[in-house]
Amino acid sequence: MAQTGFGRRYFKAFVSGFFVAVPVTVTVLDRLAYVARVEGASMQPSLNPDGESSPDVVLLNRWSVRNYHVQRGDIVSVLSPKNPQQKIIKRVIGIEGDFIKTLGYKNRYVRVPDGHLWIEGDHHGHSFDSNAFGPVSLGLVHGRASHIIWPPSRWQRIEPSVPPDRRPLLNWDRAAEDKYDDD
Amino acid sequence: MFRGFFVKTISFVGYTVQYGCIAHCAFEYVGEFVSCSGPSMEPTITNHDVVFSERISRHLYRIQKGDIIIAKSPSNPKMNICKRVIGLEGDKVCTSGPSDIFKTHTYVPRGHVWLEGDNLRNSTDSRSYGPIPYALIRGRVCLKLWPPQSFGVLAESPNDGRIL
Repeated sequence: MAQTGFGRRYFKAFVSGFFVAVPVTVTVLDRLAYVARVEGASMQPSLNPDGESSPDVVLLNRWSVRNYHVQRGDIVSVLSPKNPQQKIIKRVIGIEGDFIKTLGYKNRYVRVPDGHLWIEGDHHGHSFDSNAFGPVSLGLVHGRASHIIWPPSRWQRIEPSVPPDRRPLLNWDRAAEDKYDDD
Repeated sequence: MFRGFFVKTISFVGYTVQYGCIAHCAFEYVGEFVSCSGPSMEPTITNHDVVFSERISRHLYRIQKGDIIIAKSPSNPKMNICKRVIGLEGDKVCTSGPSDIFKTHTYVPRGHVWLEGDNLRNSTDSRSYGPIPYALIRGRVCLKLWPPQSFGVLAESPNDGRIL
């Protein structure tokens, strides 16, 4: 008699714990932070410098992109426009309004449309990025890579930085304001 | 006395977090209520209609031609658009209007969908901004809830010939 009572209590505790733990975990992964392993060589040397033998694990901050505020130089994970089941991690090179020179895209110069981003991998030539599929919509942005958390020797905060040869040529929307700078 | 109050507050916060997370999971993975505005889906959906859009088809990648979907707008991710799927990846879609003499066609790229509103004369859709990535789709509209006289499942596309 005591054994069946214990079994039923254990079952009830398990079920109520399950209904707390699963929604909370899912909400945290959807809204706050996500952890992902980086595959491939398209972001070398910033991410995965040792290649597949020791892939980096990054922390993706989903809270900071809830209003789609991304700046140039951020490393972001986006849902791939060519395969909705895949996420790709690249660096933001251009935001809306930027006029940039492309590397191997069908047009040599591109103005990034409103509500879109131009993303590129740091390892040019080994990267499936905007130079292949064009500007990506901001609605596809999944998270911003804020820290590398594995391997421990590579613990670091990821700082936004645009490679100097990939800076935008011009930003039409801001060109008018810059004319009146007094510096 | 304060200990009782403290325990009550902690348990209140705990229950709020738990129910908030369950609500998030329900709206994100089951379905949500949407209030539509604009004339682009008339006569199927008119201004100020409330519909229920389910998320399950989108997460299982089972959106089909002829479905009405809610998606994030490609040019402004904070706004949503409600249109009908005319073509999936690989399909041939007609990009010329009904009055054009020479018909032009295009193929929908991989990972994209072609959307058109039912009110072709008054709708900005893929005919102006091109196909949109599948990942921008939020859910499939399955039921109209308001106004009560048009409660129920939504009608098929009134424009035959657009879905090839």
